[in-house]
Formats: sequence, C-alpha cells, structure tokens
Amino acid sequence: MFDRRPEQYFDWGLLAVTLLVATIGFLTLYSAVSAGATTPAKAFYIKQLIWYLVGLVCMVITILFNYKMMDRHANVIYVVCIVLLICVLFFGKYVGGSRRWLALGPISLQPSEMVKVGVIIILARYYAKSASTSGLTIRELCKPVIMIMIPFALIVKQPDLGTAMLIVLIAGSMTMFVKIQRRSLIYIMISGLISVPLVWSFLKGYQKQRILTFLNPDSDPLGTGYHIIQSKIAIGSGMLTGKGYLKGTQNALSFLPEQHTDFIFSVLAEEWGFIGAIALLVLLMILVAWGLNVAHSCRDPFGTILSVGVTATIFWQVFVNIGMTMGLMPVVGVPLPLVSYGGSSVITSMICIGILMNVSMRRFTID
Amino acid sequence: MSDYLNTTTTDWYKQRVIGVLVCVLTAFAVLTIRLFYLQIIEGEELRRLSESNSIRLQDIDPPRGLIFDRTNTLIVDNRPSFDLGIIVKDAKPVEETIEKLSQYTGIPAAAMMDKIKTSNKLPAFKPILLKSDIGRNALAAIETHKFDLPGVVVNIQPLRHYIFKQSASHLLGYLGEINPTELAREAFVDYKAGDLIGKFGVEKTYEPFLRGRRGGRQVEVNATGQVVRVLKTVEGHPGKNLYLTIDHRIQQKAEELLEGQAGAVAAIDPNSGAVLALASSPSFDQNIFVGGLARDDWNMLLTNPYHPMENKSIQGEYPPGSTYKIVTAIAGLEEGVLDETTTVHCPGQYRFGDRIFRCWKKGGHGKVDLIQAIEQSCDVYFYQAGQNVGVDRLAWYAKACGLGSPAGINLSHEAKGLIPTAAWKKRRFGIDWQRGETLSIAIGQGYNLTTPLQMAVLTGAVANGGRRYKPIIMNKIQTADGEMVVENKSEMIGQLPVSAKTLDLVRIGLRQVVAGEKGTARGSRVEGIDISGKTGTSQVVGRKKNSDEEEEERADHLKAHAWFVAYAPSNNPQIAVAVIVEHGEHGSSAAAPIAREVIKTYLLDQKSIKEQVG
Repeated sequence: MFDRRPEQYFDWGLLAVTLLVATIGFLTLYSAVSAGATTPAKAFYIKQLIWYLVGLVCMVITILFNYKMMDRHANVIYVVCIVLLICVLFFGKYVGGSRRWLALGPISLQPSEMVKVGVIIILARYYAKSASTSGLTIRELCKPVIMIMIPFALIVKQPDLGTAMLIVLIAGSMTMFVKIQRRSLIYIMISGLISVPLVWSFLKGYQKQRILTFLNPDSDPLGTGYHIIQSKIAIGSGMLTGKGYLKGTQNALSFLPEQHTDFIFSVLAEEWGFIGAIALLVLLMILVAWGLNVAHSCRDPFGTILSVGVTATIFWQVFVNIGMTMGLMPVVGVPLPLVSYGGSSVITSMICIGILMNVSMRRFTID
Repeated sequence: MSDYLNTTTTDWYKQRVIGVLVCVLTAFAVLTIRLFYLQIIEGEELRRLSESNSIRLQDIDPPRGLIFDRTNTLIVDNRPSFDLGIIVKDAKPVEETIEKLSQYTGIPAAAMMDKIKTSNKLPAFKPILLKSDIGRNALAAIETHKFDLPGVVVNIQPLRHYIFKQSASHLLGYLGEINPTELAREAFVDYKAGDLIGKFGVEKTYEPFLRGRRGGRQVEVNATGQVVRVLKTVEGHPGKNLYLTIDHRIQQKAEELLEGQAGAVAAIDPNSGAVLALASSPSFDQNIFVGGLARDDWNMLLTNPYHPMENKSIQGEYPPGSTYKIVTAIAGLEEGVLDETTTVHCPGQYRFGDRIFRCWKKGGHGKVDLIQAIEQSCDVYFYQAGQNVGVDRLAWYAKACGLGSPAGINLSHEAKGLIPTAAWKKRRFGIDWQRGETLSIAIGQGYNLTTPLQMAVLTGAVANGGRRYKPIIMNKIQTADGEMVVENKSEMIGQLPVSAKTLDLVRIGLRQVVAGEKGTARGSRVEGIDISGKTGTSQVVGRKKNSDEEEEERADHLKAHAWFVAYAPSNNPQIAVAVIVEHGEHGSSAAAPIAREVIKTYLLDQKSIKEQVG
C-alpha cells in the first residue's frame, strides 16, 4: 500500500477560491457599512476581519485530524448541538423579535449555524451504512427524519424560519443523493400533501401570517415586500458595469435593509453591475463544483456523503440568498457564505470548507 | 444475494455526484438569467427608479383608544396635530425654501435650520420634523403656497387630549416617547423609536389595548416629493376604548375640595370594589406631556415640595392615626380582651411603666365603653386594648384586613404600607420591641403606614359586612365598533377576620362618630344621609405625644395629617371613602368635610339617576 502523507495533497485550489470569495465579500462589506453610514462602520469591518481570521483558524483545526473521527463521534457532536439549541430557547438573547443568540461572555454565538454541520455529520454516518442502490425504504427513513425534526422544531421555535428551511433543504439533498426507493418517494410526497392543510389548521393567526409573508413578500408591502422592491431596484440599477465602488445610491441612502448581512449581494450588484455580479456568481459556482469534485474523488461512502452535505450547505445558502435579493425566493435571514457580515456564518462556512479540504487531502489514505 | 447486488460502490456514488452537479449548474443558470433580466433588460427602468428614490413608505398611525368614565362621559380623546416637516433631498435649495416657509408661517427660520442641522444623520429621503402641532392657520398658509415650497410636508398625527384639565391626572397617566430599554423588550416588538407609549397610570396599564395597530402606504413620489400614486395600503386598526369605573363628577368634586392642599381621596363602591374616584393633590396637567415636555416644566414638577407627580392615593404612605382604631377594636373583640361591656376610665392620660401616654383630650373622657371610645376616639381605651392584644396579634389582624400589602389596583407603583411586628423591628433595626411601642401602634401611630386606597378598601369591607374586594378601575374594554373585548368583574380577595357581632359593634361605633352627641365628626352630619366614619390625626415628626407642643403654633410642615374614612348610607352602604389632607391637623375639621361632600355628590347623583330611570 502507498503511504502518502495527507499534507502533500493539501487542496491549494480550494483555498484560493475561498480566499478570493472572502476578499470580494470584505470589499463589498466595507462599502455596505461605510456608505451613508449611520452606525460606526469601522467596528463592522474590523470585526468581520477578526471573524475571517477566527474562521481560518477553525478551518485549520478542522483539517488537522482525520475526518473519519467525525464518523466515530457523530453522536456526541449531534447531542452537543441539540443542547446548545435548547439553551438558546431558555437563555438566548432576544433580538428583533426572535431568540437566536447565545451570549458567551463578550461574544455571541448563533448555535443554529453550527447545528447544520452537526446534522450533516450524523446523517452522513447513518446513510453511509444504510444506503443501497435500490434506495432507502420508508422504514430506513424513520431515523433520519427524527434526527432532522428535533433541531428543525427547536429552530422554528426561535423562530428562525430561514435556517430551519435550510436544514430541511440540506438534509433533503443528502437523502436524495443516497437515493430513496421510488415507491417510498411517492408515499412521502402524498403524505406531505395531506399533512400540509392539517398542520395549517393547527397554526395560530400570527404564525400563518408569518408563513404567508415568507412565501409571498407582497402580502407585507410595508416590510419585506418593500425590501424586495428596493433590493430589485438596487440590483437592476447596477446595469452592465455598475455605479462604481462605494457609489451605490440605494446602499448609501439606507434603502436596503440589512445591507451588510442578508442583502449584501444587492450592494455588490449595484456597484459592480452585471459584470461584477456574474464574477461572484461564477466564483461561488466553482466553489460548489469543487466540493462536488471532492465528493466525486472520495472512495469512502462517509467521506462522499459528508462532502455532498457541506457542499449542499454552501450551495443552498448561495441560491436562497441571491434568489431572495432578486425576488425569486422567500425573504428569510439566510446569509451569503463568506460574504455576509456575521461571525457564526463566516466560521461555519470556513468549517464546511475545512471539511472539504480534509476529505480531499485524505482521499488516498487507507485506514 | 440481492444485498450483494444492491451494495453501493464508489462508481455508483460517482454517478450520483454527476447528477447533483447537473442540478447545481441548472440552478446557477437560473440565477444568471434572473440577473441578466434585472440588470440588462429592466436595468434602465430600475436605474431611473433608483435615481429618484421614488418608492417610499409612509406610516398610517391609528388613533389611540378613547377613555370614558362610568357614566360614559368621554374623558380622554385625540385631536389632530399638524406636524411640519421637510425632505431635504426634495427641497433644493433648502435655505430659500425655509426662508419662504418662515414668511408664510411666522416660525423663525433659524430654529428650523437648526433642526435640519441636528437631524443630518437621517436618510435624506425621510422628512425632518421642523415643528409639531403648528395649528390650523399655519397649515392653511402652507397649503396655499404648496407649490412654492418643494419638499415641505405636513403630517397629520393624532395627539392625546385630556378633556378635563388637571383632573384624574395621576389615575389616567400620560404618554411619553418609548426609550431604548423598553424598545428592547419582547412586549414592544411592534414599536419603533419615536413611538409614544403610556408611561404612567391607566395609559400605561392598558397600553396593549389602547394602542392600535399601525398601518402604512407604499407610494411613488415625483421629483419634488409629492405622492404620484399609492401602490399599496395596509389599513391601521384604531385602539380599543376603555370604560373606567371612575365617576368624573365625584373625581372632580374631590379634586376641587383638595384644591390648595396636599392630600388624596379614594372612593370605592363597597359592593364591588369599583373605584369611583382616585384623587391626588396637587395635580398636574397631562396635556403638557403631549408632544414632548419642556425641561422647565419637568423640573418644576420634580422639584415641587408637594410632589405633584406622586399619586398620593396609592403611593402615599401615612400613619393611619385613629382610623386604625377600627383594627384595634376588631382585634380586641375577636381576641376576647374586651367586649361591649368593657369600660375604661380615661383621666386624660395612661401610665405605662415610667412613661405617660396622653389621650388627645386633656381633661379625659371619664368612663367610656367600646362604642363611646370609638365615637369619641378615646386614646386611653385603645392603649389598654392594644396592650392586652399585643403587637404581633394586632399585626395579624391588620394584615388580615388588607393592610401592609398593596390593595391590588391595576396601576403601577402602588405602595404596600407597613404593619410592624416585633420580628420586623428586630430585623430592620436590630433592636427588640419595646412594649410601650405597642401603645402607639394601637392608635395608629409609630411605624404603621397605610395608603388612602388601603383604608378605603378596609372601610368598604366594614361597610358591606366583611367582604374585601380588589379595587378595580376598568369596567370594560370595547373596540371602536362597540364590540366587547374585556368585561371586568368584581373580585373578592378575602374576608375581614371578624364575627358578625364584632362587626355590628364596630359599625355602631362608627355611626356614632357622626351621629353621636360627642362624635368626633358630628360637624359633618348631612341632612338625609346617614354617614358612618372615623376621624384620624397622624403625627408627622417625633411622635412627642407627651409634649405640650400641641397648643403652640407649629410650622406647617410639622402639623399632623388629617384622616377621615367613611361610608354611607350606614344601613345600605353605596360608597366608601378615605380622605387624607397632609398637615391638615384635625381629621374632623380638615378631612371629614371633604368626605362628606364626596358622599353627598355621589348619593344625590345616584338618587337623581334612579329617579330618572324610575
């Protein structure tokens, strides 16, 4: 057998793409917080710089040990995530209508971000053992559904519909990847269709309103509906070449809500135009394709499914976030990986990429 | 065998990954097409919209709920305020526009320019408030010259209006701008900076009902900031209307009678706990809080030695004085240390150890029984009763009568008063209880503290046969369309710790206070109304009961507080009242006449209502 050292196979290309996206993200963030600033802008980008550094450290830590350790400790990781989510419900900081943050001394964490990784690991472990070419049966799906529903319910309770939806999308992608029996798939679809009106009838008025707004921003013309209009104006007004860096008027006049987090793509598209926006889009696409390439070249089912899971995380966040700013997707607080402001998001994205690097480096090692 | 066939292989996974890649590429293609559509095809139109910043939001603020009294008289409503603002972006050149505006309205240009300078942090498309509540004349001038004044906007805001000036100010409370701590709270999730919320009184307690739901409009404006068309509207919902248990005529009567003095009146319906009046003097005009309080006004309210901002009827804690003899009498009778035949000889003083405790009447009352002792408020009789009951048993009865804890009215900052026990003193001062102190407690001096509302509730319970009701101020809440939201019911919170016989004796005594030949409140008899009551005088400083100071002229702030608690009619009580006049000296002369007038006003009103109905 070959004894190849993993360091030799460090994925420099993936690192380069990551740093490139982060650099674009940082430049855009700088513009988003300094133009028309009403808040101390410096605090924002210095903080974000620190988050990038912390993220890099986390990435390096993720690379150091063999990813197969995750397979062995999947249960522990998962339980820790659930405990953190329960803590949020009881001790979480109440900010702008929901409880998502856990204050640990001077820093605040958003455990729902970390939970994504926990769910991916435990699902990868389960599917690596139970997958077969004929697809999963209903019976085999019971366990993963429970694994998903527990964090899902806890996150809906916060409420953080965006992250909850994201977890379902990621878990769903992984499940589809390992294949579901055709008959089982049909059953699931039918029962899903039946349960929707049933669940709906149990919801309270304000909960229904929240979901309606989520699905159709136009039903909230003073809130999200207005934000979407402004975001579309910002993006469209960038035209082919953009208004120029730091010259975005929609951004400067604070027309954009949360321009440094959820709507950062609108800032970029306004200032850099179609050319700039496409450039970022292509980079993100390369990042996702790279992740799939890692999954493709891995010879171990756990590693493959794990890579698909973290790649799905990046992909869905990109798709939902950018789709939202252009009015294609419901308005939810889903950040753009490596670009949006926010510690938890940056660190989680870096950890996801770290996992990909880990798998990529060790694809030749046999244990 | 099938297991072997179905085993996943690396190649199988590779194929699945290719499938995923196809999906991903499709998704990115969708995003690219959408981007192309927005930026290239729609780009020019969206650039135009962005340059004029023409899609804007406007708030529609719903009117706050109205407040009525028990006779359905409107006591708080809203009036329109015309707020003058300017959108700097639309008002080029700004200086010229402000000059003209000043000419038309008479508002100094410098003041307006200052506002603009201090508001430069606001986004340029948001109106800066130049002056609120400009009045109809200025509004008319602006409307006439509308086209000469680009960027000038007049926003109509509903303003709170308290119809009876200075009346029930403490009870109704006032509004103020929401502060950052409140904004951060879960209960205020729908509020935003600058919103007004109830800060005190009923306005605060019933904030969630009184406030309506904000609506808004999405509008497109032209280059001068005028609305071209309304894109979307979300209607606001007006606040709910509040019907109080207060009778504004009694409330105003009580305030009139307290005029010029510091004090409070609490009047309740003894059969339901409904608060009929809750007056505190001196008062303040809530209308000055509307639209922001000037600093001078605020300082004046805060530094006034008579504390106009304090609701003395629920926040003021006073020694109950002789009104407390009701409790001492109950405790003595129930504990069996005295009965209706017990007599005491009052020589005008009572020797306890080496100390002398005086009766308020220098020459003494001679031989008195319980009824006479209540009627004439004989201190010596109650010194002895209190001494025999002891401080802790006395405290138990006082607490069972509802003293020493808040009466439970739905208003913030209600004080709980104080009923001392031996253990309390040890804890508080580290000193053992002196037995002589029990004597002071027995006549309502010493550490005892009560609020006028607590005394009114206690008096009401004595009046109605022993039932203690929670004082309520709200009868019902209705929507603007008259739909019932909440209907309040009276709530019994306890029984006086008395037998019917005890209560009868106390009531006979209280009736004698007014009706008796030697009654301390005989001066407050009213033709045709049978009033029962108890006077009280509570020493302010030193409690030097033994000094001869009483005859001398005292400084005003050292004069005793005057109390009177009463109910009427004696045999079928309809109203219970507690009155305190700070430094009024004698309950009989300062407080009793106020209670009498309040009772008279209410009962005559009731009678006229009944006659009208009949």
